[in-house]
Amino acid sequence: MSDTYTLYNKTVMDHFMNPRNMGDLPNADGIGEVGAAACGDIMKMSLKVENGRITDARFKTFGCGSAIASSSMATELIKGRTIEEALHFSNQEVVDALGGLPPVKIHCSVLAEEALKAALEDYVKRNPESASQVPPSAASANGR
Amino acid sequence: MRHVYLDHLSATPLLPEAFEAMKPYFLEAYGNPSSLHQHGLRVREALTQARVQIAELVRAESPDEIFFTSGGTESVNLAVKGVAYANKRRGNHIVWSEVEHPAVMNSVEFLEKEGFTHSKVPVDSVGRVQVERLREAITDQTTLICVQLANHDIGTLQPVAEVGAIAAERGIPLFVDANSAAGWVPIDVQHLGASLLSLSPHRFYGPKGVGVLYRNRRARLVSILHGGVQEGGRRAGTENVPAIVGAGVAAQAAARDLESRVTHVRGLQERLWSGLKAAIPFLKLNGPEPGPQRICNNLNLSTEFIEGEGQLLLLDMHGIAVASGSSCVSKSLKISHVLAAIGLDHALAQGNLIMTLGRDNTAEEMDYVVDEFSRIVEKLRGMSPMWDEFQRGIIDSVVAPTGRGRSFSEYAAEVSGKAAH
Repeated sequence: MSDTYTLYNKTVMDHFMNPRNMGDLPNADGIGEVGAAACGDIMKMSLKVENGRITDARFKTFGCGSAIASSSMATELIKGRTIEEALHFSNQEVVDALGGLPPVKIHCSVLAEEALKAALEDYVKRNPESASQVPPSAASANGR
Repeated sequence: MRHVYLDHLSATPLLPEAFEAMKPYFLEAYGNPSSLHQHGLRVREALTQARVQIAELVRAESPDEIFFTSGGTESVNLAVKGVAYANKRRGNHIVWSEVEHPAVMNSVEFLEKEGFTHSKVPVDSVGRVQVERLREAITDQTTLICVQLANHDIGTLQPVAEVGAIAAERGIPLFVDANSAAGWVPIDVQHLGASLLSLSPHRFYGPKGVGVLYRNRRARLVSILHGGVQEGGRRAGTENVPAIVGAGVAAQAAARDLESRVTHVRGLQERLWSGLKAAIPFLKLNGPEPGPQRICNNLNLSTEFIEGEGQLLLLDMHGIAVASGSSCVSKSLKISHVLAAIGLDHALAQGNLIMTLGRDNTAEEMDYVVDEFSRIVEKLRGMSPMWDEFQRGIIDSVVAPTGRGRSFSEYAAEVSGKAAH
């Protein structure tokens, strides 16, 4: 075989094979861990926040190639965003940035969005003063 | 890059001698075996020869008991539906094991919608059918018993001869799905007490696009495909002559080489499993230990704290081809029903990997796989929150419990809001 065929597109494979921001943040300001009831995957996201802006993000994922790629891409996308911007983050951004996911794998990107929002919620809980920046509907959207 | 093919249950390469035998039937001997002229009679002869070769592989009394179909799935559909319909006036109940292949499972579930009833017989923790429970499941309405010879997922060899004795005692036809076993296990339909038995030639170095159904002449069977009177009226449609010729040659080679293939592959199976077991902690073998209760070419593994698709993809990027029964691999997002039937913890089912060996694999390849796979597991565990949480005593291992932390499933249920199953 001269060509290499891949299950996912090049971008997804790249983020799976060489994930960005993999690991934990030692002094994270917010940590979220969520699971997908549908398939059993688990995703954890840690955030560093300075002056209301996400300065760093890390992930750890128990899941398939597209779950790992989705969490890698999500951490890339959210760095530099304000809390409020991050609260409006949608899984579609991950899908678009990855150049698409197979229909059966879209839920992996949803898991990345949920992990991010759980981490933001944790941050808001630890920093109640920041809650004023957060619309109440967004903060309760992902309660657990 | 090195290539190691460990997915022989999905497909095997065609035997060169089978390929050679098939060639004339594309360009020269293209006749239809139903035709009465020279072109037809020549290929009819080829079909007869293939029937003899298959009959010898399964020790059928007569080549007339061999029917050709389009594949293992069609053979199963024909057996299950064809026997159920043929005996409709006698009864409407089917007994089958809960680890049967989806071809059997979905055929039985289809028949249920048509008014048939059925009983699903449980298996033990290594996937062996509980024979006493099977005996109890039989009613005076039972017209068919279905038990596979080897499990397609976890390689369990079923006590088919015991089931065959019960079937004979009760006068009920037994259908044996040998699609995953043929070519790797000696088969004697008389000894097994099988009234019907299906084969899948592309799993023993034959071509794709052809399946086989053995049917004892005393077992009633009606066609489920309606058209011309091919295959003794049991399977309409022009025969796939080149593939049937290839299947015959592959069957002949399987019968001839069975012992050496089994010896070789069993040695590799033991080497691979002992190598993996020594190199990778928290690894579980699903199904029986290599030995008399397990088919010689299958290893079904669960690598704890990581998921199966990632393992499969990284192995593939290192030239190693394997399969997985993880929910992330399945199109339905569900774990394999076989893994559920043996009561495997969902966390372990998620980390599932299936390696099936073949005659061309070598001992050196097994050592290469152990090395590469160890590195891949380490990489994926480094990325897994579960591995980290296990290290910190938050969750416990299922494979080797330490007594610290909660179960993975409990933990997963909490973070996902509901149970994964």
